[in-house]
Amino acid sequence: MIEPIVRPRRKNPLLRTRLPTSPPHARSRASHGFTRAAAEGRFMLQRCGACGTFCYPARDACPECLSADLVFADAPRRGTLLSETTLHIPADVHFRERAPWRIGLVAMECGPRLVTHLHADCEEGRPVVMSFQLDKSGQAVAFAHPERETPNMADDRQWREMTADPKFRRVLVTNGRSIVGQEMVAALKAAGASIVFVGIAEPWKPFRGEDVLRALEGVEIVPLDIGDEKSVADLAADIGGKVDILVNTAEHVRSGGLLDRQGTSVVRDEIDQSYLGFVHLAQAFGPAMRMRGADGVNSAVAWVNILSVYALANWPVFGAYSASQAACLSLSHCLRAELRPGGVKVVNVFTGPLDVEWFQTVPPPKVAPRAVATAIVSALKRGLEDVFVGDVAEDIRQRLAANPKAVERELGA
Amino acid sequence: MDSNGLMQFAGAVASGAVRVVDLTFTLSPDFPVIVLPPEFGQAAPVRIQRISHYDAAGPAWYWNNLTFGEHTGTHFDAPIHWFTGKDLPNNAVDTLPVRDMIAPACVIDCSAQAAKDADFLLTIPVVEAWEKSHGRIPERHWVLLRTDWSKKGWRDYANLKDDGAHTPGPDAAVMRWLVEERGVIGFGTETIGTDAGQAGHLEPPYPAHHFLHGSGRYGLQCLCNLDQLPPTGAVIVAAPLKIQNGSGSPLRVLALVPGQG
Repeated sequence: MIEPIVRPRRKNPLLRTRLPTSPPHARSRASHGFTRAAAEGRFMLQRCGACGTFCYPARDACPECLSADLVFADAPRRGTLLSETTLHIPADVHFRERAPWRIGLVAMECGPRLVTHLHADCEEGRPVVMSFQLDKSGQAVAFAHPERETPNMADDRQWREMTADPKFRRVLVTNGRSIVGQEMVAALKAAGASIVFVGIAEPWKPFRGEDVLRALEGVEIVPLDIGDEKSVADLAADIGGKVDILVNTAEHVRSGGLLDRQGTSVVRDEIDQSYLGFVHLAQAFGPAMRMRGADGVNSAVAWVNILSVYALANWPVFGAYSASQAACLSLSHCLRAELRPGGVKVVNVFTGPLDVEWFQTVPPPKVAPRAVATAIVSALKRGLEDVFVGDVAEDIRQRLAANPKAVERELGA
Repeated sequence: MDSNGLMQFAGAVASGAVRVVDLTFTLSPDFPVIVLPPEFGQAAPVRIQRISHYDAAGPAWYWNNLTFGEHTGTHFDAPIHWFTGKDLPNNAVDTLPVRDMIAPACVIDCSAQAAKDADFLLTIPVVEAWEKSHGRIPERHWVLLRTDWSKKGWRDYANLKDDGAHTPGPDAAVMRWLVEERGVIGFGTETIGTDAGQAGHLEPPYPAHHFLHGSGRYGLQCLCNLDQLPPTGAVIVAAPLKIQNGSGSPLRVLALVPGQG
């Protein structure tokens, strides 16, 4: 039975802030199959192509038949907790300051045995459901959950180390003018965020939904124009030390590619509002978030980018926009590496065309802004890193995995 | 004027006998700019990016890179800005005659009307009434429309509604009349444009732009401190940046007015 976490009190300014430390993070190249699985919220094990045996940990040959044909495949998640151990005084700095820490040995129904982190409600001899999670070092670890939902399940201390749950955390949503931004605010409040800061650029321009936004409790509208370096720096000077989750809802979509656009001002706007905006936010908010990665119940935990799936493959109808998104995708990998020492996750949410005015002439299926917000909150609660929302995004992902050249030709047809 | 006269003028500026009034808003990123429908190209907002600040990027010096559109902040409109003035000679900020950059001004106070009606339009009868008190507007003078709009907060200043901006300005007839019958050198306002917020619905649309620039005259907008100017007798110094073929530019607008002593 988990005691619910309570909203943290204000910090004692006389105490030093606990700095983030990393759990052991060395992994073999083969083990990054688990990293991918954890990033996407899948449970994958290596499976032998010759004899069908599932195996763990990652290896280069099948332990049954010695075939080298081992491929990561989605695997059944169920198992039984054979034994558990509580570490009281671990030698590792990271776990020492989080002790006591429970780990266990799980026998999977599909065969292998896993050493795993344990949810507090997992009992010896009882069934468990497994997942792979990204720990504070960004590497995959096995995590055992009780078979059924238990009270206050998400508040488990060890589980919360693996996730970026918005509960009692303070979130900055960078653009409250867009429908996605407004849905994001509502979803975060519903998920228990203690305060949501909402950035509004050019506050002298009225916008749809403004009255509703202003009336929400625990929502604070702040001036923020991410295209303007000084505006971002000024806001970070005010609230940079209390942003635990940053959701970049920048939205600047314009159709068109290269040859039918006159001049570069539209391209420049796209770069200013997406790529440079991202740079400004990262430089202003990133350092404090990295430093606050172990700062208690409301430590800094996640940075969320909403990216077009066409960051992965250019869609010439929105060709220049696709390119600006590709730049943001590349930058997100840089940010991920730079935030990793703080244990702060960078979550990339890929979407197909949204059901907003800028994709008005694009035929369905389109992604509802609310679906994006829901997916982001879910990704935060599950500790994911790469999320694909909607049919188009999922379709592009699968086709890219199969044949990237075909995707290029078909999107450009 | 001989050099004595000029020196006398310089002395008067130094002593305060001629007062210098700054009619310029600070050029900053948060100052409202003209808003066009999103499918049109947009004015780049003012951006100030630090190059160095006595730091590793430049240990002994502070400087910035600037970007902004030609029509941001307190700014000047040249005749080439509008289609009606596109074929005139010397119609851009780099070629317009420098003597036009210094000229007297008539200030018409419509702040009471604008306070009551955001869509207040300056008309010929209003100007004629002003002339009854202050005399006929002389040729090659600026006409500055005082509305006290510059004293508002940014949101009320832009005053954007779902049918566009609601800010005061001139009607079509008065613009044509000021240009053709009074020979003004230009027209200046405190609002974001020389035209009224709803001027797209006038005939012709945007009459200040249409008639001023079509006749090689100039516009000044986003002015402030017009309440410190006398109805007549002020001299405006408005020298736009010498931008190659520029349609306008942010600038420092100064007014010289008779002062104390």
